Amino acid sequence: MFKILKYSFYDLIRSRWSYVYFLFYLALGFVLLFLNNDLSKAVITFMNVIIVLVPLIGTIFGVMYFYNSKEFTELLLAQPLKRSSIFLGQYLGVAGSLTLSLVLGLGIPFVLYGLFRSEAIWNFSLLLVTGTFLTLIFTALSFNIALSNENKIMGFGYAVLLWLFLAVIYDGLFLLSLIIFEEYPLDSFSLATTMFNPIDLSRTLILLKLDISALLGYTGAVFKQFFGTNLGLIIAIGVLLLWAVLPIFHLVYRSRKKDF
Amino acid sequence: MIEIQGLHKKFGKNQVLSGVDLTIKGGGIFAVLGPNGSGKTTLIKSILGMVVPNKGRISVLDTDIKNSWKYREEIDYLPQIANFPGNLKVKELIRMIKDLRRKPGNEERMIDQFGLDPFLDKKLSTLSGGTKQKVNILLTFMFDGPLKILDEPTTGLDPASLICLKELILEGKQKGKTILITSHIMQFVEEMADEIVYLLEGKIYFKGSIDELKTKTGQTNFEHAIADISIHAADV
Amino acid sequence: MKYTYHIFTFIFLLIGSLLWSRTVEICKSCAVKTIKEGVAQAFDFDTLLIKKGTYKEFNIRVDKPLVLLGEDYPVIDGEDKGEIITIVSDGVTIDGLFIINVGTSYTADYAAIRVVESENFLIQNVVLEKLFFGIYLEKSNNGRVYHNKIIGDAIDEYNSGNGIQLWYSKNVTVERNIVQHVRDGIYLEFSDNITIYNNTSSNNLRYGLHFMFSNDDVYTDNVFENNGAGVAVMFSKKIKMRGNSFKKNWGTASFGMLLKEINDAEINGNTFEENTVGINIEGSNRIEYKNNNFVNNGWAIKVRGACYTNSFVNNNFLYNSFDISYNSKLNDNKFEQNYWSGYTGYDLDKNGIGDVPYRPVKLFSYIVNRTPETIVLLRSLFMDIIDFSERVSPIFTPDNLLDASPLMKPLR
Repeated sequence: MFKILKYSFYDLIRSRWSYVYFLFYLALGFVLLFLNNDLSKAVITFMNVIIVLVPLIGTIFGVMYFYNSKEFTELLLAQPLKRSSIFLGQYLGVAGSLTLSLVLGLGIPFVLYGLFRSEAIWNFSLLLVTGTFLTLIFTALSFNIALSNENKIMGFGYAVLLWLFLAVIYDGLFLLSLIIFEEYPLDSFSLATTMFNPIDLSRTLILLKLDISALLGYTGAVFKQFFGTNLGLIIAIGVLLLWAVLPIFHLVYRSRKKDF
Repeated sequence: MIEIQGLHKKFGKNQVLSGVDLTIKGGGIFAVLGPNGSGKTTLIKSILGMVVPNKGRISVLDTDIKNSWKYREEIDYLPQIANFPGNLKVKELIRMIKDLRRKPGNEERMIDQFGLDPFLDKKLSTLSGGTKQKVNILLTFMFDGPLKILDEPTTGLDPASLICLKELILEGKQKGKTILITSHIMQFVEEMADEIVYLLEGKIYFKGSIDELKTKTGQTNFEHAIADISIHAADV
Repeated sequence: MKYTYHIFTFIFLLIGSLLWSRTVEICKSCAVKTIKEGVAQAFDFDTLLIKKGTYKEFNIRVDKPLVLLGEDYPVIDGEDKGEIITIVSDGVTIDGLFIINVGTSYTADYAAIRVVESENFLIQNVVLEKLFFGIYLEKSNNGRVYHNKIIGDAIDEYNSGNGIQLWYSKNVTVERNIVQHVRDGIYLEFSDNITIYNNTSSNNLRYGLHFMFSNDDVYTDNVFENNGAGVAVMFSKKIKMRGNSFKKNWGTASFGMLLKEINDAEINGNTFEENTVGINIEGSNRIEYKNNNFVNNGWAIKVRGACYTNSFVNNNFLYNSFDISYNSKLNDNKFEQNYWSGYTGYDLDKNGIGDVPYRPVKLFSYIVNRTPETIVLLRSLFMDIIDFSERVSPIFTPDNLLDASPLMKPLR
């Protein structure tokens, strides 16, 4: 597995797209920091950007890589290698290089602007952790989509739809259902609904850091338990891990039955 | 060497293999032939474990290949379409495959034979189809496994390289290896193959030597003999 | 001549008594063993020097102008029996005592130190622990409560008292006190012209500071942290609030400051940080908010209606989840030249003022008011899109509620 990881990663960090992604974050980082000149504010802006953009890039890039490396995959399949290690290796290669682009692309401008001397360092670490989780999750989801769809166009379509659904539509439906059923106690429902969407979960992590004052304004006991103690943080990270691990298991399972 | 029993494979509604029984004893060159869509590639990929059969049993070198991958150490496979990761250089690809198989390879001689030296530092995405095929062949023949599977090995090769390829195959045969070939070039098959496996509609329609085939069909020309099988089969 | 002699004698005696005001030492091995004894034996203007030790006494009634001075913090242990020191004379000073175990009662407000209808008192360097009420000023004017430390152990509101309470008292200075874990840190009722300066009031059950029906008071440079509900200013006029810091008042009904029926107040240079609500305003008019910092609050300002002619000028609104929340479509308040970290406009003419107005009320804050659970959708892309469209064409929020001249850089 690690050999495949090595070669996929090696292949990717030399591909144009990794650079585009890396340069994009680098540019975004410098521009925002230049405009704000305020690390805390830039971190907050980035959090809003990250939870939407990272999933999009993760899905598109994942699907693209999977289709483009079809022949490479077939070459590997004929080698004395376990299938699961081939796909895990490729997956980790993609997720790893995306994460690296993210961490370096954002890290360099922030460090240059004096991150280590600033209080924003914790928020920034949270930003990177969230970004990494989202990359892992959405790359895994996109690999699953690509694996189940031979047709590239369909695969791309589903990937973009998945992103659109989780990033925007889901919250719209969520809001609608909260307003429709507002007479009922909804705190458990709303927390549960959050769990089923990795983007919402990451958002919750960010809320815990940035908006704890507002969150504690709500009366519900379940909310208080969730947001007022470390429970929320632990559960959110736990479920995020689950979100990352389950698609990977599914990927391994599906890849075993797949014909090439 | 290879034993296949009752192999069935369906892609969606399309029944590609329906009960293939095939035994290939060690040593010699075997050509898997058949019209387009007869399941040649599927059969080969089943042996390689790339296609998971619906039914049936395959064993290679006396081991059942189901859920196994170790046996592929003994197989050198030449895929039909040679499309490699474009960002790698030829040299790196060779090194990578050697690394993955954890075996030394004797690639130097073939680099000379195919004149690949000037391409070693080029990225694979910049190579022409023929050159890629040469690299493909090199990757297959640089190892010394007892079983080689070649899917359309002649695609895109110039005459000189074709001669090299033939030499490599014959050399392998002399060393007592089992070589499985699919090809559409009948002349090539006639020249190389010791035995023919003819697939039709997902079944083995004929298995035997070229002479046996000629006798069976009553044709003197190999190409006609093959064509004849197809027609007869259609009649049935 | 005889008359003059009499006058001289009187003056000498007076001066003599002042000059020769004695110091009465109190300790276990002294002639005077209890404080009560000391008070009884002392003449006016004497000093009772209370030496180190534990004095199990309560209901000490100080009825003449005396100085009760503790040496190395002697402990007065009331053993939960009732009130400990009651001052009923003008000109009393209490200094350097450690008072514990004030009795708790549901019928009487026992205090560690109570001043009743007296003037010119000074209470300083006193430490109070395990108390019911701490320092209770009752109809007492012109005094000073300075540098005391009051640490309660209040758990429930109904059986706990306030740290420093002023009732019908005027011209009192409350300075450099530390009040913790009581019901209200400092409580003022019907008390005018009070100066509250440089105190720290934290971890109290209810309010850090609480005004009721008190006018013309000033509180400056105090710190209010982690109280049940911050500072409440209710039914009072002309209060000046300057340079205070309101921090970490978290919870359902929590706020940095609650203003209810307050008129003509001045709120300058305060910092509101990490509160659920920075300032909660209800029925308050003609208030000037200037040079305040609102940092990382859930809601910087929540306006609950009936608030007119207030002005918000030159404040910094930094990283609040919501800047302003309104519950009506009417607006009669002025927002000018504030810095809003959420502002995304531009400044083409480089005059330091953004070229497009800023709308501090988000549609989402309306939705949250209506269905509180929707708070979990904060920072969702979907909400951002909706907020954006509302900003472009306001439907639910007052369309004249905007800062037409938002600053590009925060004020220092």
